[in-house]
Amino acid sequence: MTPSRRVPSSPPSRSSFARAVLAVLWKDLAAEVRSRELLSAMLVFALLVILIFNFAIELAPDLRPTITPGVLWVTLAFAGTLGLNRSMAVEKDRGCLDGLLLAPVDRSAIFFGKMLANWVFMLLVAVIILPLYSVLYNLNLFHPGLLLVILLGSLGYVAVGTLLASMAVQARTRDILLPILLFPVIVPLLLAAVRASGGFLQAAPFEQIRPWLNLLIGYDAIFLAVAYMLFDAIVEE
Amino acid sequence: MEPRPKLLSLLTALSTLLFLAALAVIFFYAPLEATMNYVQKVFYIHISTAWVGMLGFLAAAAAGIAFLITKNLKWDIVEVAAVEISLVFFLVAIVTGSIWAKPSWGTWWTWDARLTTAAILEMIYLAYLLLRQGIEDPERRARFGAVYTLIGGLSVPVTFLSIRLWQTIHPAIIGTASAQAQGGFAMSPAMLHTMFFALGAFSVIFITLLWHRIRLGRLAEIVEQRKLQAVE
Amino acid sequence: MIRVRKLVKRFGLKTVLRGLDFDVQAGEFVAILGPNGAGKTTFLRILASLTRPSLGEVVLAGCRLPAQAAAVRARLGVVTHQPLLYGDLTAEENLRFYARLYNLPRPADRIEEVLDLVGLASRRRDLVRTFSRGMQQRLAIGRAILHDPDILLLDEPHTGLDQEACDMLDRLLDQVAARGRTVVMTSHDLARVEDLASRFDILTGGLLRASAHRQELRGNLLDFYRETLAK
Repeated sequence: MTPSRRVPSSPPSRSSFARAVLAVLWKDLAAEVRSRELLSAMLVFALLVILIFNFAIELAPDLRPTITPGVLWVTLAFAGTLGLNRSMAVEKDRGCLDGLLLAPVDRSAIFFGKMLANWVFMLLVAVIILPLYSVLYNLNLFHPGLLLVILLGSLGYVAVGTLLASMAVQARTRDILLPILLFPVIVPLLLAAVRASGGFLQAAPFEQIRPWLNLLIGYDAIFLAVAYMLFDAIVEE
Repeated sequence: MEPRPKLLSLLTALSTLLFLAALAVIFFYAPLEATMNYVQKVFYIHISTAWVGMLGFLAAAAAGIAFLITKNLKWDIVEVAAVEISLVFFLVAIVTGSIWAKPSWGTWWTWDARLTTAAILEMIYLAYLLLRQGIEDPERRARFGAVYTLIGGLSVPVTFLSIRLWQTIHPAIIGTASAQAQGGFAMSPAMLHTMFFALGAFSVIFITLLWHRIRLGRLAEIVEQRKLQAVE
Repeated sequence: MIRVRKLVKRFGLKTVLRGLDFDVQAGEFVAILGPNGAGKTTFLRILASLTRPSLGEVVLAGCRLPAQAAAVRARLGVVTHQPLLYGDLTAEENLRFYARLYNLPRPADRIEEVLDLVGLASRRRDLVRTFSRGMQQRLAIGRAILHDPDILLLDEPHTGLDQEACDMLDRLLDQVAARGRTVVMTSHDLARVEDLASRFDILTGGLLRASAHRQELRGNLLDFYRETLAK
């Protein structure tokens, strides 16, 4: 939003951008390897959601392929907000966000670093709950198409989620705000992800799945670009 | 206190007259629709309020962009004004939509793309108001508000598209009803006149309300300023 | 090194800084003194490029803020009220992370050096979460000088430090100043800064009301401060 600030005397090169992104990503992963707070909370929560679904809706064997995508994505979306909140709260706690902003790196590098870390966490959660779900409900979820959908869907989710979480943590009501901000704007993403996942699980013809994949890719592209442009406006006082 | 501008007083009077006139035209000029009778008259209100909701939605997004570029807080006042008006009018549009839906499709609610998108837009604007409530610093509140209207503004057309797609692939539950959603009845010229008159009247009402709300925001700001001066 | 002209900062309708002028030559050590709520922290955050000025001109090392902030950040070290450290990383990992962000040429050596300077070499592999407030503050100072900045900005750095850590900080600041670096520090502890800074500026009501060099005061900082506030 402020192009003037993007022209320092020595323009940051592409390699320094990548280095900063990787530094932030490394930092988040290293901290998580140490504490395991974020992943364990996300995982336990995800399993609880699946458990609750099990009692709330009858997952009869013949219905499973149709209901599973919905259960899966609701679980991922709920667990995701836990992770996003935590990931940004860490930056706010000891003033670390200021530390990042003081560093001579592009703001969007900070955004992408945080976003990639969140993406990794979401994918890890998915990687763990997929086999569990497969075992629990005797349903093979290891379909390459489904994995692609999870990859695309969680990318758009963390792009918007990281952006909104960085706003939410700066509000007085930070603990409750993120899901309220996030869920209405990710409706198209969830719809597309659920439909595409369902298509793959029910072995629907690819012609029927393709529009949903296109929608997912379009959503990811739009919101990655938007998040890239707007992150400055959020962190810049 | 700055006095109320003459033009605004004039517009307010005009809006009142236009609103009454629109009601008169709807009830006395527009012919009765053959199958739906009086219920069909809600259609004119429905389409007009939805139109105003759209106007407010677009105005809010534009004001958000203007704020992020200029960082001038006056755009924030415009943005809030537009969001609030849009929120109320979309709510009326949804309710009148339900009133229309009950007799024609036998259900209060359908997951029609327009109806659902309007409902999600309401959610986005409610979230927007909650976000603003949680932030004290006016400058930051304006910045975050602008960012969220932009994200919301971009997601709404995508939402609409996705729901459309959902319904073309999955046949609508109420079958042909969704095909009737638009122009499900033949519009006679008199009906068209009524519709356009109502649209015009509500556009004027929108402008008047927006102006009033912006003025209110400015006055609130002045009051804040006076309070601070008094403290110092 | 630092030039500020007619700086105004408003938060919404509230004006915190009202047309402040401020100059610092290279190598000066300036202490900004003032009562709570005078706008010291806000002023320092503006110098640190963390907050935008509403009006006025701020030039650091020839770069105008906020437009050219990116160019000056590499030459700026900042200590704020918060340590800016990650609790789930060790002292060494925290510094390594910042070394990467600042793209230091030989990070391992420099980290070693800094850990020694702040007296945390023995705790290098401990999580910052387990550190006391004083140790976190020491590491925060280490983080701020990691890239050997030309300008060091400190916001009440003595707060929360015990006597020993305070003395360590003073020695460190003396070293930094002796190497010709520019230091700007806010404080409300007159006794602490009296022997430290070379110049004392008093900020109150959003303006710098008075400025005096150490030689001029001859040990009467407290009187100078009281007189200025009384005006």
